[in-house]
Amino acid sequence: MRLVGLYLALFVFWLLMSGHYEALILGFGIVSCAAAVYIARRKDIVDHETLSWYLKPKLPFYWLWLLGQILKANFDVAKRCVLPGSRIDPCVFLAPADQETSVGVVTYANSITLTPGTVSMQTWDHEIRVHALTRDGARDILGDEMGARICRVEGEQ
Amino acid sequence: MALAVDIASWACLVAGALLCFAGGVGMIRFPDVYARSHAAGVIDTGGALFILLGLALQAGFTLVTVKLGLIGLLLFFTSPTATHALVKGALAGGLNPLCHQLTADETAALADKASP
Repeated sequence: MRLVGLYLALFVFWLLMSGHYEALILGFGIVSCAAAVYIARRKDIVDHETLSWYLKPKLPFYWLWLLGQILKANFDVAKRCVLPGSRIDPCVFLAPADQETSVGVVTYANSITLTPGTVSMQTWDHEIRVHALTRDGARDILGDEMGARICRVEGEQ
Repeated sequence: MALAVDIASWACLVAGALLCFAGGVGMIRFPDVYARSHAAGVIDTGGALFILLGLALQAGFTLVTVKLGLIGLLLFFTSPTATHALVKGALAGGLNPLCHQLTADETAALADKASP
C-alpha cells in the first residue's frame, strides 16, 4: 500500500518536473519510478514515517499560520538589521517540547529556526535549547502557542 | 490585468530584494555567529519567499510556477536544517554566545509573562 502511494507520488513528481507527454518519454518515466520504488523497498526505507505525517489534514493550516508568523518576524528582524540605533538583546534558554513523536519535535525545532529571531541550537527528547535575538522572541516561544499547535496537528489521526 | 500582475510581481521582487539587503546588513552588524544566523534567516525565509512569489507571478499558471513552488518547499525544509547544523556546530566547537544565558527562574518568569 505504501509502495503504491510512493510510486504515484514519484510519478506525479516526475510528470511535473519533465513536462513531456510523448509515449517514449512517459515510458522512461514509468520505468525509472518503478526502479526507484524497487530500490527504496530493498533498502527498507519505506516505513511509518514516510507518509503518515504528511497526510494529517491540519498540517496545511499549521503551515499557513507559521507563514504568517514568519512574515511578522521577518519585518521585525529586518528592521533591527538596518535601522541605526536599534537594539538587540540576545539570550539563550531551554524551551520545553511536549511533542510525542520525534517528527513532532523536529517540526517544532524547524519551525523555531524558520522564524527569524529564534534559532534552535540543540534538541533533546523533550527540550530544545533556543537562541533568541530579543526577549520578546523568547517570550513568544515560551508562551508555547507554536508548540501547542504542533501537538494538535500531531494528535489527530 | 497584465499590468496589475506585473505591478504585484515587481512589488514582490522589490520586497524580496530589500529583505535580502537587510539580512546582508544584519550579517555584518550583528556581534556573533548566533545573532548573525538570525539575519541569515531573514534572507532564506522572507527574501526567498518574496522573490519566488514575484517570479511565480511572472510565469503565470505554468509548470514553471509548479517548479518554483517546489523550490520554495525544498528551501523551507533544508534551510532550517542547515542553520541548525551550523549553530550546533559552533556550540560544539566551544564558541560561547555573546549574551545572557537565562537561568531556570528567569525562563519561568518569561513563560509566566507570556501565558495570558
